[in-house]
Amino acid sequence: MLDSNTPLVDADALISRLITEHQHRPGALLPLLHAIQDNLGYVPESAYPQISKALALSVAEVHGVVTFYHHFRTHKPGRNVMQICRAESCQSMGSEALEAHAKKCLNIDYHQTTADNAITLEAVYCLGNCALSPSVMMNDEIYGRVSPSDLDALIAEAKA
Amino acid sequence: MTTTIYIPRDSSALSVGAEKVAVAIAAEAKSRGLDVEIIRNGSRGLYWLETMVEVSTPKGRVAYGPVKVKDVPSLFDADFINAKPHALSLGLTEEIDWIKKQQRLTFARVGVTNPVSLDDYIAHDGYKGLKNALKLSGAEIVKAVTDSGLRGRGGAAFPTGIKWNTVLGCASEQKYVVCNADEGDSGTYSDRMIMEGDPFVLIEGMTIAGVAVGATQGYIYLRSEYPHALVALNQAIEVANKAGYLGDDVLGSGKAFHLEVRRAAGAYVCGEETSLLESLEGKRGLVRFKPPLPAIEGLFGKPTVVNNVISLASVPIILDKGAQYYADYGMGRSRGTLPIQLAGNLKHNGLVELAFGATLRELLYDFGGGSATGKPIRAVQVGGPLGAFLPESQFDTPLDYEEFTKIWAVLGHGGIVAFDDTVDMSKMARYAFEFCAVESCGKCTPCRIGSTRGVEVIDKIRSGKDHAKNIQLVRDLSDTMLNGSLCALGGMTPYPVLSALNHFPQDFGLPAETQAG
Ligand SMILES: Cc1cc2nc3c(=O)[nH]c(=O)nc-3n(C[C@H](O)[C@H](O)[C@H](O)COP(=O)(O)O)c2cc1C
Ligand code: SF4
Ligand code: FES
Repeated sequence: MLDSNTPLVDADALISRLITEHQHRPGALLPLLHAIQDNLGYVPESAYPQISKALALSVAEVHGVVTFYHHFRTHKPGRNVMQICRAESCQSMGSEALEAHAKKCLNIDYHQTTADNAITLEAVYCLGNCALSPSVMMNDEIYGRVSPSDLDALIAEAKA
Repeated sequence: MTTTIYIPRDSSALSVGAEKVAVAIAAEAKSRGLDVEIIRNGSRGLYWLETMVEVSTPKGRVAYGPVKVKDVPSLFDADFINAKPHALSLGLTEEIDWIKKQQRLTFARVGVTNPVSLDDYIAHDGYKGLKNALKLSGAEIVKAVTDSGLRGRGGAAFPTGIKWNTVLGCASEQKYVVCNADEGDSGTYSDRMIMEGDPFVLIEGMTIAGVAVGATQGYIYLRSEYPHALVALNQAIEVANKAGYLGDDVLGSGKAFHLEVRRAAGAYVCGEETSLLESLEGKRGLVRFKPPLPAIEGLFGKPTVVNNVISLASVPIILDKGAQYYADYGMGRSRGTLPIQLAGNLKHNGLVELAFGATLRELLYDFGGGSATGKPIRAVQVGGPLGAFLPESQFDTPLDYEEFTKIWAVLGHGGIVAFDDTVDMSKMARYAFEFCAVESCGKCTPCRIGSTRGVEVIDKIRSGKDHAKNIQLVRDLSDTMLNGSLCALGGMTPYPVLSALNHFPQDFGLPAETQAG
């Protein structure tokens, strides 16, 4: 992931390269958006014209796709993304209390980022870890049977 | 002599520390100068015992669990690598009651083999099905799948053979096999376990499907929340390509089959097959009107087999051991086995593969061990967020598609989520509407608007406002959604809502005696 000081010019060059890599695949738009978000942490709206030109789509179509999917975001997240599972199995094991705890400790709501830019909080609907509910995903790592104090430890680590 | 130790790479095992345990065991063995080989297997599915570590012995594997990093020195002190006893000893893995009582066909290798070792796969009967299939005509393969009685495990329970036959019958220069690996239902994780624990069985199943219907390209549409499955699948696909099990000339048969994993992007509705195809084409995942069926006009307008992971992963054993062998398991028109996923508030959560016909009660108590909190189990949701909530009085229902239909419930993907008596069922009904509102593709009004209105009406009921009128409004709204929605997202949200209302009326401020049986 590029850090927040990386000038956007580099991002433009990177996006051009990713477009060249992906544009000839059938149904290229999703793999391309994934590649951009994997590298930049988000899909900048400034990239829409380039993408639309390469894939022969309108800018509105690109925008429509990006915003349809919960996974894609158009703004840079914090250094870490924490996703709390809100689905039924996790609810049955106390995820609601975990959500409340996280929001209170981080002093933010879902889709927001802490003041120190350490953590962006997101909701997720099942991580396939329902046997060990409640579940939390921090970046690409899944945590099972998460208690409020486990969550505190995760937060402390992310802020360090 | 080298001792082989198995430590899962399954993401649920990782979620409770399997990686750290593997690192600690490797380090401890090294510092003690012991010769061990660590194999990262899939999970056996006894999740309350993860991290479950197994040691290979001449008598079979011996298990220890749940192992935490702090237990590692004492395990070595007790000489566990020579299968000596320890407080965490579970005995011979195959003798553990939970494993012994199962009928594992689709999951036979999960937890047993190294998921990305082709040699291991073949040593455990892998690719026998494909080899048999390559000796048959497309129609003969399809007939075997039809005769096995296999019905789609993704939810709708449509006969897989009939679907394949439609694609086989279409004349087209290009056809596709698409694996629906979007597994969005809460309480379900068997697709994930197969993909992480035995990816070759899915690859083999898809290859057989391709050979059967004449499709040369396959896509696995994988939910973005499964990063470990992505890695395992891509590793296995690479190995299969190199060894000639995929590619332009599958095992020298002259038939081509190529396979690619595509990542989804966090939209539940993209598990619906037509929405999934739109997404694979790079568009918003809006549900398509049917007809045409995807079997006739599917991906990029071409004939396409769309099947769930478990449906496809069940095909190799059918082609290996025969249609009858598979059909001999099960009851009524529900043939074969179902990988059942126990989740939520249970003591022993995990994967249980059994022939159709076991009852919910057996699963919840014999396997699940009752609630995790020790309180009575009050409600159970089967079949994901669009499945009905079942009260105690229905726990003797056998797992069978038709038996569930009779009580206005669904088996879906076989996920079972238990709730203890602290659950507030009006809150669960509210959540069902809320989930539908968050995930609606927006194409039709009953779902898009109805779900949002549903949340508001339940809020009014919960605060006691115009109580009788609003209860009636929920029923009317549900009726509209049931009958007026284009797909099952809007069309089935009334299942959790109305079952909660009918079976647990007191949670909605109604007298308990109105409770339906
Ligand atoms: C809203 C919605 C979500 C669905 N999600 C999934 C899913 O995650 N996985 C799946 O296999 N089927 C899912 N289905 C069912 C598919 O539309 C389709 O029936 C299935 O992929 C067909 O494969 P099968 O015959 O092997 O079950 C969903 C259906 C709906 C209406
Ligand atoms: S029921 Fe909902 S998800 Fe299904 S097509 Fe209609 S709006 Fe889309
Ligand atoms: S419901 Fe939370 S991981 Fe499945």
